[in-house]
Amino acid sequence: MADVLVVVDHVEGSVRKPTLELLTVARRLGTPVAVALGAGAGQTAEVLAGHGASRILVSEASEFADFLVVPKVDAVQRAVELVDPVAVLFVSSGENKEIAARLALRLESGVITDAVDVEAGEDGRPVAVQSAFAASYTTRSRVTRGIPVITVKPNSAPVEPVEGAGAVEELAVDFAAGVRGARVVSRSARESTGRPELTEAAIVVSGGRGLGSGENFALIEALADALGGAVGASRAAVDAGWYPHAHQVGQTGKSVSPQLYIASGISGAIQHRAGMQTSKTIVAINKDAEAPIFDLVDYGVVGDLHTVVPQLTEEVAARKG
Amino acid sequence: MSLRIVVCVKYVPDASGDRGFADDLTVDREGVDGLLSELDEYAVEQALRISEAADGDASVTVLTVGPEDAREAVRKALSMGADAGIHVEDDDLHGSDVMGTSLVVASAVERAGFDLVVCGMASTDGVMGVLPALLAERLGVAQLSLLSEVSVAGGVVSGRRDGDVASEVVEAELPAVVSVTDQSGEARYPSFKGIMAAKKKKVESWDLEELELDAELVGAAGAWTAVDGVEARAARSAGTVVKDEGEGGRGVAEFLASRKFV
Repeated sequence: MADVLVVVDHVEGSVRKPTLELLTVARRLGTPVAVALGAGAGQTAEVLAGHGASRILVSEASEFADFLVVPKVDAVQRAVELVDPVAVLFVSSGENKEIAARLALRLESGVITDAVDVEAGEDGRPVAVQSAFAASYTTRSRVTRGIPVITVKPNSAPVEPVEGAGAVEELAVDFAAGVRGARVVSRSARESTGRPELTEAAIVVSGGRGLGSGENFALIEALADALGGAVGASRAAVDAGWYPHAHQVGQTGKSVSPQLYIASGISGAIQHRAGMQTSKTIVAINKDAEAPIFDLVDYGVVGDLHTVVPQLTEEVAARKG
Repeated sequence: MSLRIVVCVKYVPDASGDRGFADDLTVDREGVDGLLSELDEYAVEQALRISEAADGDASVTVLTVGPEDAREAVRKALSMGADAGIHVEDDDLHGSDVMGTSLVVASAVERAGFDLVVCGMASTDGVMGVLPALLAERLGVAQLSLLSEVSVAGGVVSGRRDGDVASEVVEAELPAVVSVTDQSGEARYPSFKGIMAAKKKKVESWDLEELELDAELVGAAGAWTAVDGVEARAARSAGTVVKDEGEGGRGVAEFLASRKFV
């Protein structure tokens, strides 16, 4: 069976869940070969093999951390030359989409970003399902030239443990001369909240203008913790300085597609809906019965979130015992 | 030496309008009003701030590729304070994918001459967010993208890039391509004076011939991807909405339990 190259998203060797989903997608198209880059790449092998990777190409060169984007393009290009895959898959993220696009250009291949699903078409080549215009349309697209390069959004496929051969190989990369163009001068790690990452969380609890203050995000955090979810925020709440931008859900922030999305004090402007409308189950709590968010919900409560949310948190905690 | 800044902007269908697709599965531009992409306003703003910091020893040229109406996006940027505009328009561009578009933009940027190209983080219609990276690859210059802060000093552009796991301070020698996020700073509104001044500013009109590009490299003919189908998403079936009479939270918990979330 043909090989499909899967570019691994990991943090110091800890593989992030969307990559495991990507391995499920890859197996629909062929045999997954993983490429892991950067510090800790070698430690990803076991979990990748446990999810179907037949080979794992590894490079821990310092260039990946010291310079932006281009070293990873060089490395994935090298992996493509070695493997000759029928498709290259990335997890959708700001940086990965850029790597994917530059790789595609070098390969003279088409690129598709932000697929919400990928299937094998009649000829076995990938067909990508995307969501357009704030999720009001679903499109099906193909790459018509070269090796399809596709980025896939988190929560697009189930994680399926399956044994792969998992042969680990060192990937030797000749970095292009221009690789040092964009330097990383310093890096400060984000403080970990202990909560799941927003874009990959199965449950997201978001707060908006209706919270009235930054302190009141404690209500949202408590509910998120009771459910084991991530915390999101509307643009209004972020612009007011109530919560960090990294948590913004919407057109100009992150797009999320969890199993459960709970919006509290969020009216549901089109920009916000663009970032959460593909959530499987949607719950909203808002005191304005006319808020557009209620058009999307599976379950909604018209009421004051300051009483409804704490009651919900308490009830969830009690049920979970 | 004067700093030549080119800002790339896009004219997009208004997100608050009824966006959709035309019969040939390209974006419908007839049925909905267009405007300068909101995310590109941040790029214009940062270009103007960099220019102002250079004490007038800089020029800001706004570039757009698109049909006739797209000139409106250039006009808006000029009224915000940009110095000159370029509008690339050609019937053969219809149906271009991001590869074709990036080829045209790269050719136009090269023809205009640049030290720094500033882009928004993504368009608000296609939302791919890859054009700045493709431009850097095509132009063979450094790429600093997704910046929440940007400045230029001594021939070096630097900024801050906020990722999921870390925030990075990054820099590159000019020439370079940068893209900025909506965190980079609120875009200014055009002043009356700005609007009046914009009427006198020059907008050059270029076509494929001017850029010495073959028509088969762009448009639907030159696209490396194809859209096979478009479906309107089925409206969500109406959910249950209840009024809180004191048990609202418990009601949600009951619903979550019925869906096995708790």
